[in-house]
Amino acid sequence: MDFVNAIILLLNYIFVPALAYGSQLALGAIFVTLIYGILRFANFATGDMMSFGTMFTILFTWYFQSVGIGLGFLPTALIAIPFAIIFMISYMLLIDKFVFKYYRVSKSPPVQLAMVSIGVMFVTQAVVRIIIGPSDRRFFDGEKFLIKAGEFKEMTGLNEGLAIKSTQVITIIVTLVLVSTLFWFLNKTKTGKSMRAYSDNEDLALLSGIDPKKIVMITWIIAGILATIGGALYGLDKSFKPFTYFNNMLPIFAAAIVGGIGNPFGAFLGGYVIAFSEILLTYAYRKFFMYVLPESMEPGGLVQLLSTDYKFAVSFSILVIVLLYRPSGIFKGKIL
Amino acid sequence: MRKNLNVIAAYSIMMGLIVLVGIFQSWNIALSIFNLCLISAVMTMGANIQWGYAGLINFGIMGYTALGGLAAVLISVNPVQEAWSAGGSNILFSLFLIIVMVLAVRYVLKKYEKSKKRTYIIATIIILGIIIIRFVSEPGIEAIEEIEPAKTGFLGGLGLPIIFSWIVGALFAGGLAFVIGKVALGLRADYLAIATLLISEIVIAIIKHEDWLTRGVKNVIGLKRPAPYEVNLQQTDWFINLVEKFNSSKLNLITDFSERQAALNQFVIEGSSIFVKLCYSGLFLVVVIILLILTQKALYSPWGRMMRAIRDNEEAANAMGKNVVKQHLLIFVLGSAIVGIAGAMLVTQDGLFTPGSYRPMRYTFLIWVMVIVGGSGNNFGAILGGFVVWFLWIESAPIGLYLVNLTTAGLDDTHFLKVHLIESVPYFRFLMMGAGLLLIMRYRPKGILPEKIEIK
Repeated sequence: MDFVNAIILLLNYIFVPALAYGSQLALGAIFVTLIYGILRFANFATGDMMSFGTMFTILFTWYFQSVGIGLGFLPTALIAIPFAIIFMISYMLLIDKFVFKYYRVSKSPPVQLAMVSIGVMFVTQAVVRIIIGPSDRRFFDGEKFLIKAGEFKEMTGLNEGLAIKSTQVITIIVTLVLVSTLFWFLNKTKTGKSMRAYSDNEDLALLSGIDPKKIVMITWIIAGILATIGGALYGLDKSFKPFTYFNNMLPIFAAAIVGGIGNPFGAFLGGYVIAFSEILLTYAYRKFFMYVLPESMEPGGLVQLLSTDYKFAVSFSILVIVLLYRPSGIFKGKIL
Repeated sequence: MRKNLNVIAAYSIMMGLIVLVGIFQSWNIALSIFNLCLISAVMTMGANIQWGYAGLINFGIMGYTALGGLAAVLISVNPVQEAWSAGGSNILFSLFLIIVMVLAVRYVLKKYEKSKKRTYIIATIIILGIIIIRFVSEPGIEAIEEIEPAKTGFLGGLGLPIIFSWIVGALFAGGLAFVIGKVALGLRADYLAIATLLISEIVIAIIKHEDWLTRGVKNVIGLKRPAPYEVNLQQTDWFINLVEKFNSSKLNLITDFSERQAALNQFVIEGSSIFVKLCYSGLFLVVVIILLILTQKALYSPWGRMMRAIRDNEEAANAMGKNVVKQHLLIFVLGSAIVGIAGAMLVTQDGLFTPGSYRPMRYTFLIWVMVIVGGSGNNFGAILGGFVVWFLWIESAPIGLYLVNLTTAGLDDTHFLKVHLIESVPYFRFLMMGAGLLLIMRYRPKGILPEKIEIK
């Protein structure tokens, strides 16, 4: 019985939260990796673009709530997301037209494009803060828990409860559906294949008659969808605060690079690698050992490898190690 | 004279703007803007050496700034004797263990050929070392943090004058840059940017959470000053006489004695804070001028020429027998050391060390905006960038307010849009920075004062 308790404990505090957090990171990492693979620059505006999409989701959610449209036990934000995506895509295409296109056409080095993306970061951050303000916002409504810890204990008669938030389930399901659609699109459709060809070898792709304008547009559209959904899911699960989103850029970058930048599947897995290692290394295992070990061997301390303060530092250290030993990422991306 | 006309014009306009702030807002504000402009100028010089001279992209400026600040704390704060006796030996022993660990890793690296076995040995050494160090240091850290946590709870520093920290800050930052450079300099440009950004975040995380060293988020306040204190100045005779002389025309208009005394008091209080700020300005100006002379000399020396050659064509420079890796590392360390000086100067001026206030927006990206806007590769341009951008960063709120009032003049004062816009005035600075950066990069990619290399 103690063993089952220990498993449930790990599921509750490590597995489920890490899966949800990893999904959110994965969406962001695919966004980074697509931009890097096809437009060929590191987009430092990632976090702020995600917060921009989330902002529209929140605005639409408020509107729907005020006119009384809802989804019952599901959060209203789910119907708001498609509308937010439309705004997000138009914003991204506008930015591309007025900012990035010039440098792409004049074939500037990637560093210059990265600098430009910092300018975009400043502007987006300002726009978000001016429209919705810098404070913490929660826009979740509907049923909060799928399984409550207490109910689970009653049902199974165990000591440990397993609480599953509905946002966690929504996050995981939406991510899986979105990512599998994306991979189907990239691998099976003609447009997707031409995108991969363009990412692999630009000149050869141009010779084969692939229209770069179309590729770039589709990349931004996919990026807009990923950024909005990724941001909105994070906001639903935790809360929306522009500063947190800016900071999330860092683990997202880490996930993209660990997975091999330019490789969407690697980025997807990279998100989970980062999320799991962050949570596994900073979790205090005391209770777990209390269940597993006999009483005489119970540990005195918290049995925590690293204090939770170093949560971010974990992902960055992984990144540094990966950069040192496998600069192309665990799952082989572009060689840099 | 003629060819430097644009430099002189740009700097005169900048000084004119600061003087205007002095006249219309207050001299106190003008001087604090000026001081931070000088500190920003030091930072931009550091970043400019790396980016403008050598084309190395360093997004870790925040980390070096924080290390410089840490140096100010470790140099100037008086040592906490009880903390040293409680946990000092444990900390020193852990330090010794870290050195042993590093030496062991170095030994293994030298002794064995590159192989899987070597990687595993190194990994074991590091993991074992970390575990042992945690066991050794934990009781010491706990003992140190227990000593008067509200007041000290850390080891303190050396109790030396804070000015020394400017040099030590440079050493700290340079040391960190050496390690990072060894690890990360081989990476491609945008990878280097991401890696340095993340490493600087790790540095901040350590400074924030190692309370025994830095007091962490509890902040260190009341650091020593290289300048006199306002309160002491207000009671010194020569200072009061000086203020009286300065304001004699205004004071003579007042006939009543007690009123005159009150007015004088007011002038003395205002004057004292201006005087202190002027002292800082003087110190900072000396640093900026020394660094400017050194960097200009370096730029026009054979070494500067070599750096430009490496920047413009690495392979060609390599083929000419220049050691690109070594030079990159050298310039990475030098630039970071200068940023470290700026970090120590910043903490010296504020008189407090607040690890929580180090954010990449303010200390990394803003500095980069300064370098790009001012003109990378040109020291005068970089300094001007520091001045212009910092000035706009501070003054954008009043400018934004003015613009909001102008555009919404037709609306009622309580109209929700107007209220909302006025509330969000502080964020116009981000908008201004972003738009400024984008416009400069598009229409004047070399900055306000572009790089101009003359063969002498």
